Amino acid sequence: MSATAEKITFGQAFNLAMDEALATDPRVILLGEDIADDQGGGVWKATAGLSAKHGTHRVRSTPIAEQAIVGAAVGAAIAGYRPVAEIMLMNFITVAMDQIVNHAAKLRFMSGGQTGVPLTIRTASGAGRGFGGQHSDMLEAWFAHVPGLKVVTGSTPAEAKGLLLSCIEADDPCIFIENTATYRLQGEAPPPGFRIPLGKANVVREGSDVTVVGYGRPIADALVVASKLAAEGISIEIVDLRTIAPFDLPTVLTSVAKTKRAVIIHEAARDFGVGAEVSSRIHEELFSELLSPCVRAGSSFCPVPFSPVLEQSYLISADDIEAAIRTSLNGGKRK
Amino acid sequence: MNLQTSIEGDETLQLDIYRRMMLIFKTDAKFRSLITSGELQIIYYPPRGQEMVAAATMAALRPDDYLVTIYRGLHDHLAKGVPSRELWAEFAGKATGTCKGKGGPMHITHPESGVMVTTGIVGSGLPIANGLGLASQLSGDGRVTVCSFGDGATNIGAFHEALNMASVWKLPVVFLCQNNLYGEHTAYEVSTGAKEIIDRAAAYGMRGVQVNGNDGFAMYAAAKEAVDRARAGEGPTLLEAKTFRFLGHVLGDTSHYIPKEEMAAAKERDPVPNYRKRLLELQISSATLDAIDADVAAEVEDAAAFALSSPYPDPEENEKDILALEIAA
Repeated sequence: MSATAEKITFGQAFNLAMDEALATDPRVILLGEDIADDQGGGVWKATAGLSAKHGTHRVRSTPIAEQAIVGAAVGAAIAGYRPVAEIMLMNFITVAMDQIVNHAAKLRFMSGGQTGVPLTIRTASGAGRGFGGQHSDMLEAWFAHVPGLKVVTGSTPAEAKGLLLSCIEADDPCIFIENTATYRLQGEAPPPGFRIPLGKANVVREGSDVTVVGYGRPIADALVVASKLAAEGISIEIVDLRTIAPFDLPTVLTSVAKTKRAVIIHEAARDFGVGAEVSSRIHEELFSELLSPCVRAGSSFCPVPFSPVLEQSYLISADDIEAAIRTSLNGGKRK
Repeated sequence: MNLQTSIEGDETLQLDIYRRMMLIFKTDAKFRSLITSGELQIIYYPPRGQEMVAAATMAALRPDDYLVTIYRGLHDHLAKGVPSRELWAEFAGKATGTCKGKGGPMHITHPESGVMVTTGIVGSGLPIANGLGLASQLSGDGRVTVCSFGDGATNIGAFHEALNMASVWKLPVVFLCQNNLYGEHTAYEVSTGAKEIIDRAAAYGMRGVQVNGNDGFAMYAAAKEAVDRARAGEGPTLLEAKTFRFLGHVLGDTSHYIPKEEMAAAKERDPVPNYRKRLLELQISSATLDAIDADVAAEVEDAAAFALSSPYPDPEENEKDILALEIAA
């Protein structure tokens, strides 16, 4: 992709992916609160224009009823449709956990493979916008812990579009996470038909001293930190998981086997997060080769606070990532 | 479309319902016998007393119509046409079961007979039934979805969300509440504010119909009308079938919390002997009914033997069917 390429925002990327899916596959339907144009095309405008183009029978505004939304999507999926359900904010997904965990995730297994659930749940979240404790959580670890789900997020608009299309086309239930804070951030537009296979991580920057493993918004921060440290002669490799679950362990291990140091970063709170699993797997496979123990960085283990000072303190930052890298270089000891 | 809503004078249909009822009755008896003797060690939710709700309702459906039901679903599964052998084998956790032994009694799935989901989570089938109905509405395949649940499920949030959505979207779904008057060990009036389940239908602008679920003639008529309306695009019905649960919540439950007089009165309304009596009064010969009984008994014996002699699944099954395509390393 050239530097002069057309730019799109994350929000446009989601819209383009759904537009393309609706246009190419009549089984694709969208369900969610306010998503049709008469209701504004979704609070994030991700579905703007899609009901006008593809019809309100396929782009359906729903009652504010997350169980009913996800349940309807599960039922339509086992009957052969490819529903994309929008759960406006990730915290609202708690209302639909029974449908996701007990049904979407398990129906394939419990039916002995007879009923698959080709369902995508798009959901947005993220701290930094002053939305407080019930509109900002990153809950991907909950879903990563459930067998039968795929959990996916993109770190650039192009990647997000390619990943969302792959989720919609996948035969499995996918939780696709969008970040409210970067919704209007621009990146290069991908070429038409661009897809990113699920389960494949991406080495976004090559380096030799420390591997940083992450996904979503902190990848951009990690790139900034890597450029800064390069000036000090520290070479950082960055692996964007893209598919959080099941994650691409071979790519992670290949990278860490080379650098012999790993830092795992995510916006979700560090404790009991995805980083713990990635860290354990690295230790289990490469313990004797590591020059220092894995280091994790995430947001603080507290509800997302409201006051801007508190919220910025809560949220993982470039400084936190840099500190974690320096801890790794220091044999795991924090200075 | 066959819009007949009565089985009066239709001996074929009367006997069809009789056969479904007796298959449930004898299957249940055999399960309890094998569990009690220790030959089968499974959790079991007896459908005894509710046979007719399923037998008559499923007789009103097309074979390709969808069913979503619950852990107390054996009667629904059999009446909808899940083959006895595979059903038995799944209950026993065998590789030859409908779900290769991976679902078990609480999660019977058999799309060939329209059984799409059996859930162990109270109330959770209703939102999913809407999705099946939505698929039929979008594709125009003419299918109707029956969603079966108990009176207890009407007190959980999913019921409210689902009935509202079904009404707003006029989905081809029949919400079949098998009201056996007890949710686990708690009596209806201790847990439920509405005097009748169908009183709730008005809150959703939905048609509500209450019927004696133990009366095959009435049950068929009510189910058929609700199904026909759904198929014709006239929207969902909340169909409340009044019935009773003779053997408690789960096998081993002594129903100590049910007053003796209440149980005795309920047994007077036992659908199985009463339906047989009614058919005899209609001049159907006892020889005809006995022949069905014998045929059903043979089917049950064969299925039980098949299940007991079938192999258990390979432990490697635990690595299969988690995702459609395991991501290549």
